Amino acid sequence: MVTYELSTPISEEDVRKLRVNDVVYISGTIFTARDEAHERALDWFNSNKTLPIDPTGLAVFHCGPIVRKVKDEWELVAAGPTTSTRMEMYEDKFIEAFKIRVIIGKGGMGAKTARAMKRVGAIYGAFTGGAAVLAAKAVRRIIDVAWLDLGMPEALWIMEVERFGPLIVAIDSNGANLFEEVKAGVDRSREQVYKLAGL
Amino acid sequence: MLASNLEATIVELLRLAVTDLPRDVSKGLEQALQKENNPTAKNQLNAILDNINLARQNSIPMCQDTGIQIFYVTVGSKFPLLHEIPHIIEKAVRRGTREIPLRPNTVNPVLHMNPNDNTGLHIPWINWKIIRGTDLQITAFPKGGGSENVCKLAMLTPGKGIRGVKRFVIDAVIEAGAKPCPPTIIGIGIGGGADICMKLAKEQLLRPVGQRHPNQKVAKLEEELLEAINATGIGPMGLGGDTTCLDVHIDFAMRHPASLPVGFAVQCWAARRATATITKKGKIEFTSHKVE
Repeated sequence: MVTYELSTPISEEDVRKLRVNDVVYISGTIFTARDEAHERALDWFNSNKTLPIDPTGLAVFHCGPIVRKVKDEWELVAAGPTTSTRMEMYEDKFIEAFKIRVIIGKGGMGAKTARAMKRVGAIYGAFTGGAAVLAAKAVRRIIDVAWLDLGMPEALWIMEVERFGPLIVAIDSNGANLFEEVKAGVDRSREQVYKLAGL
Repeated sequence: MLASNLEATIVELLRLAVTDLPRDVSKGLEQALQKENNPTAKNQLNAILDNINLARQNSIPMCQDTGIQIFYVTVGSKFPLLHEIPHIIEKAVRRGTREIPLRPNTVNPVLHMNPNDNTGLHIPWINWKIIRGTDLQITAFPKGGGSENVCKLAMLTPGKGIRGVKRFVIDAVIEAGAKPCPPTIIGIGIGGGADICMKLAKEQLLRPVGQRHPNQKVAKLEEELLEAINATGIGPMGLGGDTTCLDVHIDFAMRHPASLPVGFAVQCWAARRATATITKKGKIEFTSHKVE
């Protein structure tokens, strides 16, 4: 378990050295994308349209934040992670298309995403579920928002962050997947757990 | 006067609930951190505790999912505003949604619309207990969606007995895995019927972490299941570790000879609840939190 501080744009070399269970803090630019933003980004990529942001080397945050407008400025209230498995159907193509280096969310992702991470050089960073104030505290300002027509939670919120984390590396670029390892461990201890309960 | 006091008290209960975790829960998390051996789990518990402190200091909701609004009301039949309580609760929820703020979480499942004020048909939901007396005790219990989604009901064959109950609970915890944002609190209701056991199970989530059931057999069952669940290795956020569950609370009702219903209710680490009593003369006391 090693702690790393990464700044965007993050290079392939930066993420290749990360291993499952390492702790990462990110400074620089990250943006939010949920189901609909993933779908639109891939549509735009396939029709050669330029995204509102250059995503190369950035981190994507699976998050539908609570944001309010104070005068002319957007202000972030709370921004915890949402369940990542919903994005499993897009994420491998998303990583390949945009060379995203870090995916941030909760609950982990599947084998398809893990394979893309191995090929391209990217990791999955688990952010503590529900820790919305901790996440918002690391956001210095909202740089911009795009695709607000998708609604507040689904829009592309582009944020400047300082030491955003802790992120636990849960899928690394070697294909190791911490959530799968834990699940396998739970399966192995099932009989012991039954025994402890007197079964 | 009493009506506006009551409304203000309920808004304050909602604010306390979503911004300030009861001390028994934060103490439970701190004790879990002391005992935890897994470094990743320690990291996650520290992040949770940091988040709780930040939310408390800045009076910001500790999680962006501020839940569906549920209330537990124990009221004396001579309390002056008895029939007004649902109306006052609804007004307070609308106000709290704007002022705290709460995320607008009531979605019409048929018409796909959201009134954006956390109210609508049957919500806020009120669990009533009417007793002799003149006072009102009210608990705000904002319930998050992630942990609600792994709640379960089993209609066991009575022959399976308490062993069947244990097996059902352990399997449900393992199946839920990372989804309910562990460490969780588990509530279990045994007996009654399909609805009664679920109601009992959910009500158990109001009990303080560390409290044992007065019946020794039930208390032992609570301890046994807690130990077993924490041996699964799921850990905080499903990233592995010794802390999967902070406590197990069980209660029971008589059952039909042909049925053994078991309700399984789950609460995430953000175990938000706040309670106050208000007398017929308007004297208010917050019992779950220290309020200046």
